[in-house]
This record gives sequence, C-alpha cells and structure tokens, in this order.
Amino acid sequence: MTSVGSADFIRILPELILSVFALLVMMLEPVTPLGKKTVLGWVAIAGVILAGLASFAIAYFPGSAFSASISNDGFSNYLIELLLLIAGLVLLGSMAYLERDAIDHGEFYALILMATVGAAFMVASTELIMVFIGLEISSISTYILAGYKRGEMQSNESSVKYFLLGSFATAFFLYGIAFVYGLTGTTNLDVVRETLVNSPQSASPQLLWLAVILMFVGLAFKVSTVPFQIWTPDVYQGAPAPVTAFLSTAPKAAAFAVLVRVFVGSFDHVASAGPVVFWLLWISAVLTMCLGNLAALWQSNVKRLLAYSSIAHAGYMLVGITAGGAEGTSAVLFYLAGYALMNVGAFILIAHLAGSDERYTNVQDFTGLAADRPGMAACLTVFMLSLAGFPSTVGFFAKFYVFRSAMHAHLTGLTIIALLNSVVSVYYYLALVVAMYMGEGKTQVSESSVPRALGFAIAVSLLGIFFLGLFPSGLLRDLNSLHVPWL
Amino acid sequence: MPLSSHILTVATFLPLVGAAIIAFLPRENSGRVRMVALIFSLLTFLVTLALIFGFSRTAGGFQFEENYAWITSPPIHYHMGIDGLSLILIVLTGFLTPLCVLVSWTGITERTKEFHIFLLALETGVIGVFVSLDLFLFFVFWEVMLIPMYFLIGIWGHGRKVYAAVKFILYTMVGSALMLVGIIFLYERSGSFDYPQILAQLSDGSLPLTHTTESLLFWAFLIAFAIKVPLFPLHTWLPDAHTEAPTAGSVILAGVLLKMGTYGMLRFCLPLFPNASREFAGLLSVLAVIGIIYGALVSMVQPDLKRLVAYSSVAHLGFVVLGIFAFNVQGMEGAIYQMVNHGVSTGALFMMVGMLYDRRHTRLIKDFGGLGTTIPVFSTFFMIVTLSSLGLPMLNGFVGEFLIIIGAFHARVLWGTLAAVGVILAAVYLLWMYQRVFLGEVTDEKNREIPDCNRREKWLLTATVAVIIFMGIYPQPFLRQMDVSVARVLTRVNPEPVAAHNSKLPAAPAQAQMAPPPRPRNRATTGGASR
Repeated sequence: MTSVGSADFIRILPELILSVFALLVMMLEPVTPLGKKTVLGWVAIAGVILAGLASFAIAYFPGSAFSASISNDGFSNYLIELLLLIAGLVLLGSMAYLERDAIDHGEFYALILMATVGAAFMVASTELIMVFIGLEISSISTYILAGYKRGEMQSNESSVKYFLLGSFATAFFLYGIAFVYGLTGTTNLDVVRETLVNSPQSASPQLLWLAVILMFVGLAFKVSTVPFQIWTPDVYQGAPAPVTAFLSTAPKAAAFAVLVRVFVGSFDHVASAGPVVFWLLWISAVLTMCLGNLAALWQSNVKRLLAYSSIAHAGYMLVGITAGGAEGTSAVLFYLAGYALMNVGAFILIAHLAGSDERYTNVQDFTGLAADRPGMAACLTVFMLSLAGFPSTVGFFAKFYVFRSAMHAHLTGLTIIALLNSVVSVYYYLALVVAMYMGEGKTQVSESSVPRALGFAIAVSLLGIFFLGLFPSGLLRDLNSLHVPWL
Repeated sequence: MPLSSHILTVATFLPLVGAAIIAFLPRENSGRVRMVALIFSLLTFLVTLALIFGFSRTAGGFQFEENYAWITSPPIHYHMGIDGLSLILIVLTGFLTPLCVLVSWTGITERTKEFHIFLLALETGVIGVFVSLDLFLFFVFWEVMLIPMYFLIGIWGHGRKVYAAVKFILYTMVGSALMLVGIIFLYERSGSFDYPQILAQLSDGSLPLTHTTESLLFWAFLIAFAIKVPLFPLHTWLPDAHTEAPTAGSVILAGVLLKMGTYGMLRFCLPLFPNASREFAGLLSVLAVIGIIYGALVSMVQPDLKRLVAYSSVAHLGFVVLGIFAFNVQGMEGAIYQMVNHGVSTGALFMMVGMLYDRRHTRLIKDFGGLGTTIPVFSTFFMIVTLSSLGLPMLNGFVGEFLIIIGAFHARVLWGTLAAVGVILAAVYLLWMYQRVFLGEVTDEKNREIPDCNRREKWLLTATVAVIIFMGIYPQPFLRQMDVSVARVLTRVNPEPVAAHNSKLPAAPAQAQMAPPPRPRNRATTGGASR
C-alpha cells in the first residue's frame, strides 16, 4: 500500500517533465547572455511539448498513484492537456512581449511552467491535501507573475492584492478540508464520499454544510465568482497582458476541475449536503453572471472589460456545474477548452496591440484599427464574437452545451437568466468591434507587425475556435466517454 | 448530375464563395471587387430561378431535400429543403442582392472590399434561414446573418449608425435567446431538432404538449419573430436601423430580413403550435391592426423621406401578420404575396431615396419639390413604385392587400374594415409625400442641377418596375406555387372536430370571445382551398 513503484512516477510523468524543465530554465538563466533570453522560452516550450506527449502516453496507464492521492483518469488527462495548451500558447505569445518591454528574464518561463505543474496536480489529485499543495504551487507562481513588471506600480499592486486575497482563499479552503477530516477521518475524496453516503448519520449536517461552504469559498476566489471576484479586475488589469491570459484561464480551469471533483463528484451524492451544494451553486451562478455582465458594460479599459467578461464566463460554467451529472461535467469541460482558446487568444493579441509598456489599453485606442490593420482587427473581432457566443464559433457551442445540460436538469429558469445575460454581453463585446470598425480617426495602438511566434499562437486559437465551432461533436464525444468513476 | 442534388447548398453558399474570392482581391481595385460581387450575386439569382423550374407545384412536403448528419451529439442535421413559401422568398433574395450591388456602385466608395464581403455573406445567411429544415441549423443561420448586417449598418451607415446597429443586434438577440430556449426544450421532449420529424410527432400526438407548455413555446418562438417583423410594440429598432443603414442595407433589411419574421411564423409558430396560435390569433391580429394604423399615421408626419418609408414598413408588415392570423386561404396567400410585394416595392423605394440622397446629400422632404420637371424619368419610376406601394390595382401591392383584406373580413369584419382604413391612410402619406417632393414649383435652385437617371439606374429600376407590373397583372403563377404549402399550414391550424373540442376546455372567458368567430367560416374556406 505504502510502497512507491515506478507506476506511480509514470502516472505523473507530465508534471515531472514540466518540473524538470522549469528547473532547467532556472539553471540556464545565468549562463544565457542578455538579449538571448527567448532561447529559454523555446526550452520551456519544448518542455510543454514533451509533457504533452507524455500525457498522451500515460492515457494508456490509467489508475491511481501515490497511495491514491493522484488519479490518472480521462478527466485529469484531458485537463492536463488543456493546461499544457494554455501554457504553450501563453509562452508563444509572451516572448516578443517580454523583449519589447525589456523584462525578458528566464524566470518568467520557469514560473509559467511551475504554475502549470501546480494546476496539473490540482486537477489530478483525489486527495484534498494534495489539491491544496497543487493550489499553493500554482498560486505562489502566479502571485509572482502578476507582479512581474517590478518597475510598475499597477503591476505591484496587482501582485499584492492577488497575494493577500489569494492567501485568504487558500486558508478558507484549508479550513474546509479540516472540517471534512474531522467529520469523516479522511481527506481522500473517494473515501469521504463513501463514508458520507454509507453512513449519513455519522456526520452532523450543520458541520458538513460549513465544510462545503468553506471549501466553496476557497475555490470561488480562484474562479472569481461573486462575491469573491473583487480582486479580479484590478489584478487582471495590473498584471502584464500575457500573464493575464494565463491567470484568466489556467488556474481557473484547475479550480473548476476541483469544483467538479469535489461537488459534482462527491458532495452531490450526499443526501444531507446535496440541496446546500445545489443552492450554493445556483445562487452564485446567477450573481456571477449578472454582476460580471452588468459591470463589464461600463468598462473603458479593454483588460478590465475582459476581466469582467471572465467573471461572467465563470458564471456560465457554474450553470453547468449546477446542472451536474455526466452531461453537466462534459459541458463544463468543453466550455473550459473553448474559453481558454478565445481568452488566451484575445489577451495575447491585446498584449501586442497595447504597445510597449501597455500604453494603449483603452477601448478608444483601438479606434480605426480596422482601416489600418484589417487582419488584426478581424482576428480580435472573431475572439469577441466567440466570447459573445455567436454560432460557428466555439463560444456558441460551449454555451449551448452548458445550457442544454441545464435544461436537461430542469433548470429552465437558470437557463433563461443565463441566455439573457449572454445577450447583454453582446453589447460590450461589440463595443470593441464598434471602436475598431466604426470609429472615426487614426488608431493609437501598436503599428508593428505581429511576431511569428505570436502569429502562430493566434492562428492556433483561431483554428481551434472555428474547428470546435463547426465540428464540436468529436471533442464532446470524447468528453462523454471519459468514464470517470465517480459520475 | 451531382450538383443538381445539392442545389440548395449551392444557392446558399455561392455568395459566400464570392465573398471569399473578394477577400483575396487587392484592396485598391474596387472596380474588380464590384464586378465579382455582381457576378456572384447574379449567378445566385440564376440558381434560385432554376429552383422555380425544378419545383413541383403539386407535390406535398419539401423538395430538393438534403439531409446529412452534421453534429452527432446532440443529433443535428444539415437538413435543407424548400416548399412554395420558402421558394418565393429565396427568389426574392436572389433578385434583390444584385440590385443592392448595383445600387451601391457609386454610393459606396470607402472599404468597398469589406462592404461586398459582408453583403454576400448576408445573402448566404438569409438564404440559409429560408432553406433550413433543422431547427438548430435554422438558428445558426438566423444568428450568423446578424453579424454582416450589423457591420453594414455600423460602418457604411449615416448619422447615428452605431446606435442603430447595436440596437438592431440587441433587439434581435433578445428574441433569439428565447427562441433558443424553445428549441432546446422541444429537443429535450422530442429527441430531435429535425423540423419535419418534430412536426410529425406533434401532429400524430406522440409528443403531447400541455396547454401551458404549448403557449409558452409559442411565445418563445413568436417573440423572436415578432421582433424581426416587427410587430407593434416591438418595432422601435426598425426606424433607426432602416434610416441609418446604407441604401443596400435598407433594401436587404426591408426586402428580406423582415420577411424572416413572418416566414418564421408561418413555418414554425402556426404548424408546431396550432392550438396556441388559435388562442392568441385575436391578440396578434389586434396588434397587427394597431401596427397598420400606427405605422401609417407616423409615416404621415415624418420630415425625412427614408424614415417615412421605414415607418411604412411597420404598416405593410402589419398587413402581412393580419393575413397570416386570419387563418384562411385568401389571408395567408395574400400575406405571402404581400411579403414579396413589400420586398420589391419598399426595396425600390429605398433604392430611389438612396439615389436622391447621392445627388443632393439630404433626405428631408422640405429640401425637395418640383423634381418632376427636372428629373422626369426618375419621377416616373418613383410614381409607379409609390402607386404599387399604396396598392393601386394592376400593380403588385393591390393583389396582396386585396387578398389580405378579404381574408380579414372573413375572420372578423372589424379587422377587415380597419385594414381598409389603413390602405386609405397609405394613399394619403405616400401621395402627399410624392406631391411635396416631385410636384409643384422648384423651390430650391440646387434641385435644378441634379442629373436624371443614368444607364445603370435605368436598368435597375426597369427591372424592378417590370416585376411590379408583372406581379400586378398576372399573380397566378406566384399564388399557385404556394397553394400546397398554405393548405398544409391551414389544415394544421384550423380546428378539426377533435381539436375544436379540446380547445374549449382551457379557454378563459376573454379568449373565448376572441377565438370562436373564425372557426365556422374557416372550415368553409379550407374546403375552397383544396379545389
């Protein structure tokens, strides 16, 4: 039981490879001459690609590792691949950015890799303590990343805010874990579920609710649901744009995976906690969607606008989690992929357009972009339309599957609220399109041409957006057949 | 020939191919861009004409069907097919798009490349809406079509163009959000998005809907369509969008986009939810009549020519809705005929207002006057189109309005009477407008200088007027195309003995007053239809 074998290490091979490459980047950093630091970026990308290959390979070795604290199943495998995709796109999109703003130090790449490792452990662990450790690894890396522009007040403020509130959140989560342990004598999710389902009278329902609520609060900070979203706009605005691309997707995906594992996978099955979980999710879904969308209407800064939009998207995903079950889970997993493609694409393109030191991030600065740079304007328009959920882009099917799962679970009211919210969102996504295409005047934003690596990353996200927008069934079929044991 | 079995796909995506080709043309050479756009829109028109020749008037069901699995989970099919109703609207779309390219020939000088890409993409979306037989596919086209229209209004429009474009898109999306809920709900109950299949399940009773469910679904669909039509009181986006849009945009908006709403009512609301349609027919007819009178009265006081034409659309589409909810052959065929008429006549009016604007850069009625002496050819064309719009016998508008009024009289005398008043009001605002713009003395010296129609404009207007006159004196071929489709909708929506028995149960007193009158007469008229 306690012995550690080679199978244990094989099942965390992607994480191991990422960690090794992160250390490698750190070691190479001092010997890499100034101005050549992008080499380290390519090393990191090589690590991501290798880890990706490894995660395809370990799909053939399903099972648990390290005394059932890590589970290598279809669910974790898919999410790790998604995290690697995000990391790869962000790395490709950030190299030229770092050079331009003269902050091209090797640690950046290492930190992205470490944050990805932490997130990967979060999605793969079935042990609450392990989830917590993954959460910490990923959080600490992202705190540093948020403040990566040391010379800038906004970036520093962003980092400190993220750090202070994030620490609170993890403390809440840990407190929740402590209650679970006190009630059941274990922190392993599978055992927790079995104990609570088989002997429901063993745990006092009030304490169980407290545990559920505390853990939810901890995760709610990470996915920024209302009322725990206050940090999001400031942090997203202050952090360097490629970091925001990462922040708004990877930790969120990981936290959603944990939400699914903990709530859909475990506590939904527990009779005394089921209704609390349901209403907790229902109410936060509604609040998150409404506040995210309404607040976004008033934003004039693009990064802030997208921050509120990401809050709203978290709300839509919560709708899927509220619906629960296999259908809700696969809908949320599909949503995470689509959301990652469009959000990362939008942020790295904006990082380029914003010019050195991100001077131009106001919606007004994009005025007239379509006349000067029709290609870039068209790309950004596609990202916006996909975020708004127009058909033939992935944003539409992402929403469609989530709403269908909600309808299937007889949540018609919630679906209608969500749909009306997505109508509201069209207004602010189009605000950027209006500026680019319909505004009069000369554009402020960067005139320089797109670096090749960034262009490649954008092309990948665009292709993904259209491919999944026109032929979503392949991915969804895979997601439906993940064979997750706890569903 | 493989192409002929995919003719609907060809008709739908040919414009998009043109748009893709334009995307690769050099930006500077706008002449070539225009030429490619014209060629592809004309080719599409030819394909739609070919549909008429291959179409069988007597065959029931859908023709030229194509059905492939597109998405497996949920089962969404690429299912296309047309009947008489969609055929006539597709041909209308095919006819109007080349005119739009021609009418923008000199008016659009900025970003011509994007303009024509959006125009052709719009045509693909609109034709796609009319040919889709899968609810999901229909929804996709319905939404996708908004984007090119949004850009057309927002980039090449006038005045408060951004406001108008955003208002247009938000209004439509509120409606379609509700429709999507309805579509998903129907799918959850029936296990299919396929329209003929759902219809079959609903008609043979294997998919029973309770009274409340049916009413809610009816409204979920109807609100989306009523916004598009637009039915009073959901019409407020229309004057802005029509007025601020560039000429080609207004032509497509008035010509075909509004018809998507009435098409949706005929295709989906009535056949899928016949009991709810009957129950709410009274309410909807009242709204339609309000629209007719209100649209006419507001048109009368407009100082802006384009806004006047825009409000007249509210009145004209009120006629169409009234005809649809009369539930008899005359009303419904008149409604469909009027859909086409309005597309041609109002489309032509928008084109001519656009031509005036290109010449004088104003659309205010008070800036004109006495144009009849300075530009006689143009004035003659304008006269004919105006007369067609107000329903003069021998021109197309008369046939449609006449049939609708007969149908409305059959349904309820009061509505027929009020609709007839609407016709008189239309004559008042249109003739008064004509008088102020074209008759009398030339009040502004600038109006003496303006040129008469050039060759391009003459061709374009001749084609339109030819259609107007042909449809006015020989409506038979058009009407006979739709007989089968109309009869099918009517047998579904008109109460058979069993249905009549059922519908008595839930009727509240107020509805009981409205619902019964059409019933006995309708049965007589459907008898006439099958002849």
